[in-house]
Amino acid sequence: MSRFVYVTYIYTTPQKVWDAITTPEFARQYWMHYNVSDWKKGSRWEHQNGDDSGKVMIDGTVLESDPPRRLVTTWTRPDKSKEPSRVTYDIAEYNPGLVCLTVTHDELAHDPAMAASVSGGWPKVLSNLKSFLETGKAENIWLIKGKEGQ
Amino acid sequence: MSMDAVFKALADESRRQFLDRLHKKNGQTLGELCEGIAMSRQAVTKHLTILEEANLVATQKRGREKLHFINPVPINDIAERWIGKFEQNHLATLSALKQKLESEEK
Repeated sequence: MSRFVYVTYIYTTPQKVWDAITTPEFARQYWMHYNVSDWKKGSRWEHQNGDDSGKVMIDGTVLESDPPRRLVTTWTRPDKSKEPSRVTYDIAEYNPGLVCLTVTHDELAHDPAMAASVSGGWPKVLSNLKSFLETGKAENIWLIKGKEGQ
Repeated sequence: MSMDAVFKALADESRRQFLDRLHKKNGQTLGELCEGIAMSRQAVTKHLTILEEANLVATQKRGREKLHFINPVPINDIAERWIGKFEQNHLATLSALKQKLESEEK
């Protein structure tokens, strides 16, 4: 099945998770990339490299936006060489002070190379996001293979 | 959710095999996971519950069916705890070498 589901539990609030995903200053610290949009339904969004190049690595459209609970976007190669896939962020308060973040990346059947790339990337991003929100510490997760993931 | 739960869940060979099967084909139903396994449906359910409680398996509903997905995030958390960023390159090389040599032996 061309769908991946990633779940992490983070001691924080839904609003902080939402902000960490949607605010460039935060995302740069744990994702090393950042997401730019006004996050309104139908708006364009861009996933940019956090180095000074600001290169657009992925872009797409905001399909659903319900801050701080749910965000759904398409996930498109900027050269539009493949059909877009889709990413859903579900942010739920599991217990007071504990958030369950579920990232579902699906509709990847037509782009196996993207599926391989994101399946290596999401666990790193989510582990680093947890670490960033719980301890304020994050590492450069893309140094590992000397290449940029996602 | 705790690291104890992850290690306990991983300490069982059958549960590791369920993770292998989901790694190979993600998003399987209980019925699919019961196929070709000498275990009652009830026993499979019990193993899947333990994996789900450890957050190693995530489930999503599709109509009346429940689909099971491998969730590698807790394993990544463990790796990040003990493996330094710069060691990962060397470890990946060693792991690839071991796989290659072992496959040649067969």
